Amino acid sequence: MTDSTLEAQSPKLETDLKEIAADVVRRAMAGGATAAEAVVREGDEFSALVRLGQIETLKESGSKAIGVRVFFGQSAASTYSSDFSREGIECMVKSALELAKVTSEDPYGGIPEPSQLGSLPGDLDLYYEDVYSLPGAERIDYARRAEKAALDFDPRIKNSEGGSFDAATGHKVLANSHGFVGEYRRSYCSVAAVPIAQSEDGGMQRDYWFSVARSLSRLEPAEQVGKIAAQRTVRRLGARKAKTAQVPIVFDPMVANSILDHIFEGVNGDSVYRGASFLAGKLGQKIAGDNVTVIDDGTMPGGFGTSPFDGEGVPTRRTVVIENGVLKSYLLNTYTAKKLGLQTTANASRGLAGTPGIGPGNYFLQPGTKTPQQIIAGIGEGLYVTEFLGHGVNLVTGDYSRGASGLWISGGELTFPVEEITVAGNLKQMFFNISELGNDLEFRGAMACPTIRIDGLTVGGE
Amino acid sequence: MLLGWESFQFQRHQINVSKEQFFFQHYGLTHKDLERYLAAALSAGGEYADLYFEYLTSTALMVDESMLKSASQGISAGCGVRVVAGERTGYAYTDDLSPQRILHAARTAALIASGPAKTPVVGYQEKQARSLYPVTLPSVDAEITAKVELVMRADKAARARDPRIKEVRASYSDELRNILVVASDGTFAEDSQPLARLNVSCIAKTKDGVSGRGNAGGGGRVALDFFFGEKNPEHFAKEAARQAILQLDAREAPAGEMEVVLGPGWPGVLLHEAVGHGLEADFNRKKTSAFAGLVGRRVASEKCTVVDNGTLPWRRGSLNVDDEGEPTQHTTLIEKGTLKGYLSDKLSARLMGIADTGNGRRESYEHIPMPRMTNTYMLPGDDDPQDIIRSVKHGVYAVNFGGGQVDITNGKFVFSASEAYLIEDGQITAPIKGATLIGNGPDVLTRVSMVGNDLRLDEGVGTCGKDGQAVPVGVGIPTIKIDRLTVGGTAKKEAGSFMQ
Repeated sequence: MTDSTLEAQSPKLETDLKEIAADVVRRAMAGGATAAEAVVREGDEFSALVRLGQIETLKESGSKAIGVRVFFGQSAASTYSSDFSREGIECMVKSALELAKVTSEDPYGGIPEPSQLGSLPGDLDLYYEDVYSLPGAERIDYARRAEKAALDFDPRIKNSEGGSFDAATGHKVLANSHGFVGEYRRSYCSVAAVPIAQSEDGGMQRDYWFSVARSLSRLEPAEQVGKIAAQRTVRRLGARKAKTAQVPIVFDPMVANSILDHIFEGVNGDSVYRGASFLAGKLGQKIAGDNVTVIDDGTMPGGFGTSPFDGEGVPTRRTVVIENGVLKSYLLNTYTAKKLGLQTTANASRGLAGTPGIGPGNYFLQPGTKTPQQIIAGIGEGLYVTEFLGHGVNLVTGDYSRGASGLWISGGELTFPVEEITVAGNLKQMFFNISELGNDLEFRGAMACPTIRIDGLTVGGE
Repeated sequence: MLLGWESFQFQRHQINVSKEQFFFQHYGLTHKDLERYLAAALSAGGEYADLYFEYLTSTALMVDESMLKSASQGISAGCGVRVVAGERTGYAYTDDLSPQRILHAARTAALIASGPAKTPVVGYQEKQARSLYPVTLPSVDAEITAKVELVMRADKAARARDPRIKEVRASYSDELRNILVVASDGTFAEDSQPLARLNVSCIAKTKDGVSGRGNAGGGGRVALDFFFGEKNPEHFAKEAARQAILQLDAREAPAGEMEVVLGPGWPGVLLHEAVGHGLEADFNRKKTSAFAGLVGRRVASEKCTVVDNGTLPWRRGSLNVDDEGEPTQHTTLIEKGTLKGYLSDKLSARLMGIADTGNGRRESYEHIPMPRMTNTYMLPGDDDPQDIIRSVKHGVYAVNFGGGQVDITNGKFVFSASEAYLIEDGQITAPIKGATLIGNGPDVLTRVSMVGNDLRLDEGVGTCGKDGQAVPVGVGIPTIKIDRLTVGGTAKKEAGSFMQ
C-alpha cells in the first residue's frame, strides 16, 4: 500500500466495537474455550493547563484496546492488545487459550450465570457530547479563568501550578459466551486550580479545588473554583506543628472520603475471603456507631459511579453496606461471592487484563443534620484535618497512622493552621467513635462523605 | 548547531544499522517516515518536536490459596508526538502506528504553536548508549513454565515458614519495552528495557485472632535467571513471612518527636520523598518547590552526600537512555551537605540554562515526559551501624517501609514504617506497629548526625507516581541516625518519655 492511499483513509474510521467483542468471544469458543468474555474500551481525552496566564500544555488524543478472558473448564487466563488488525486479534485470542493451560483449576472460577446478566434500562444520564462542544480557545479560557480567579483573590497568591480544563469520553463494550453484549458511553469534564501562596517569611503553601461533571452545563463556574482554591491555600500560610495530644478530630469531606474508602477496602470481597480485612467475618455484626449508614448505589442517574452493568455484565444495584452501624453486606463480584457463599453485588470492575476486581458504584456515608460550623463549634480544643499525606493504613490489622495538615480548633472556632503532624488510631475503633456527621454530602467522584468528627485519635507532633 | 534539512538526509545513513531497529523491522517504519512526521509536528512553527515509539509486552501471574489463579499477557503499542514552542507543550498520541494516524497526532500536537513552519530538522546523532541490561529474553511464551514455578515455589516456601502463615499471595510480572525516540534536535535513540518483579505477601494469624501482614519482593531490569540465584522465591517468601509473624507481637508505636534510626536499603525512600522530588527541575523552574533557589546552600549535615544514578547495571531505576533519548547519568544532588543541582529533562534544561541530566521520563507513549528520579541513594559514611544504635537513648529503629509522599511546595513529607522497633538505652527492644514518620524535606537531613558504612540499595520494588504517571525507581541508604523526627504512633502512657 502506498502512502497516498493510506492518507486517503479517514483517520476517524468507525468500527462496530460490539461486533468486534462478540467476534473475539466466538473465536475463543471456536478455539476450544468453555467460556469467554471480551471487553473493548475506547476513549478520547483533552487537557489544557494554563500557568500564570500562559498555556503550558495542551493534550488531545484517543485510544482503544481490547482484552479477552477465557476459561478451559475452571482454568482461566487473559490477554489484551491495542492491535485491532485481524492478525493482532487472532494472536491475542490464541495466546489466551495457550495461557489458560498453565493456570490452576479453581472450583469457584467462571463467568456469571445467564440469569444474572443484563443491563439497566433507560437513560442513566451518563453521556453528554457537550464536554467537547467548546472550541479549543474557550476550553483554554476555562482553565485560564480558574487560575486568574485564584491569583486575583489575595495578594499573597503569587505563584501557581496552574488552572486546568479536562474533558474525556469513554465507550465500553462487554460481551461473553452466554450471549451477553452490552455497551455504554460516559463523558466527563473538569476544571481545577492549584494556586501557591507565599508568606512574608518566604514559606509557601499549595492547595487546590476542582469541579467535575458529566456535562459541561453542570460544571461549576471556573471563577468559583479558583476562589475556593485560593481560600484553601491562603488559610494554610504560617502553619506550625501541634503538640502531641489526644483530641477530637474533624475531617473535611475530602479527607473524610479516604476514611470511607478504608471501609470500602474492608468490605471488598477479595480482602474478605482471604481474611485480609479487619472486617472479614463481621457480617451481621456491629462494626460502627448507630449513626453510621453506608450505601453503594451503581444506579443513580448521572452519578460518577453509575453504569448499566458491572465489569462482568451484571446489572448494577443499590446495596446497603452498613445500616445503623451493622455490617449488612460485603461488596462482591461473581468470584468472591462464590467463595463466600453469597450473591454478587454487581461490583465487578474489569480492566483489560487479569481477573475482575471490585469497584464502587456511587458509594457514600449517609449525612447527618449539623453544618460543619456547628460540628466545629462543639469542640474546645481539637484538630480540623484538610489534607492527608501518605498511606499508613494496615487493612489487615486496622492500624492507622497518616501524615496530616489542617487547622487547629480552639474554643469552637478554627484558629491557626497546623502541619507536619500525624493522626493515628485503629480503624476498628474509629468507626465506633464517629461522634458527628455533617449535612454537607456532595459527590465530586464515585465516593462521597460529609464532614465527620472522630474522637479518641492521637495527634503526633511536637 | 542547526544543520538543516539536507544534512539530515545525508546523516541518516550514518546511523548504526546493526542496532536492533525494532520499529523499522516490525512496522516497516523508514527514515523518510520519521522526516515526514517531524515535519508535520513542526508545521505550525514549533521549535522542537519529538516522537516516542513504544512497543510493550507484559506478563503477569498470581498465585493465591496455592492456586495459579490469574495469568495474563498483553501488548500495547503507540506513538506520542510532542511539540514545544517556548514554554508551551503540545502533545498527542496514537495507539495505531499507521502513517496517517501518526501524522494526525503530529498535526494535532503542532497546533500549540502558531506561525510558519520554520525549524529545520538537524542530522541525527545516535547517542553512545550503554548496555546496562543486555536483553536475553528469548520470548515471553518460552519461559512461562519457569515463571509459574517461581510463584508456586514462593507460595510453598512462605507457608512452610510457620503454621501461623494463613494466606499467601505471590505474583510475578515482567515486561519488555522497546522504544525509539527521534527528535528535531537530532536525537535518535533506541532501547530495549526489560523489567521483572517477584512479590510475596503473607498474612499471619494467631488462634486469638491477632493478625499481621508481611510483604517482600524484588527484581530489576533482569532476565528470568535472576530469580533462580540468590534472590529466589524462597528468599522473598522467607522475608514476607518473617515480617508477618513479627507483627503479631508488635506493640503500639510511640507518638511525637524522637531520635530515629533508619536501617539500610529501602528506607532510602526518605531521600526520594524528602529531597528527591523537591530537586526535580520542573518544580524549581516554576519556583513551586521548597528547594527553589537553594543551590549552593547547606541543606544537609556534612555527612550527607546524595546522588541520583541511572547508570547502575540491572537496577530497576536504571536506563540506558531516558525517554527523551538522552543517556542517563550519575548526578550528585547533595555533596557533603551542600545542594549541588537539580534533576532535569530537556525542557527545564533549556528554560533554566542548566545541563540536561538525562532524567526525562514518562510512563508510556500516552504521557508527556518530565524530570523524574532513577536510583536515588546516599553514599556510605564512616559509622558502624552498631554504634549508631548504641548512641540512641530512646527512639525508633525503622527498617522497612510501605511508601511515602511529599508536598513539594511546603516540603512536608511522610514515609510509613511497616517494620520498626523501639530503641531503649542503646538496645533494640520490642517490635512496634506500623507508624508514619513525618518531617520537613529542606531540613530533615541537617539533623542526620551519623551515617553508617553499610550502604545498601533496595531489592527492586519501587514505583514512583507524579502527576498521574508511574515509573520504576530505586532507592538506597546506609544506616543513618536522625536526631529528631516526628513519629505517628498511638502510645500514650508507657511511652511517656517520648512525649516531651
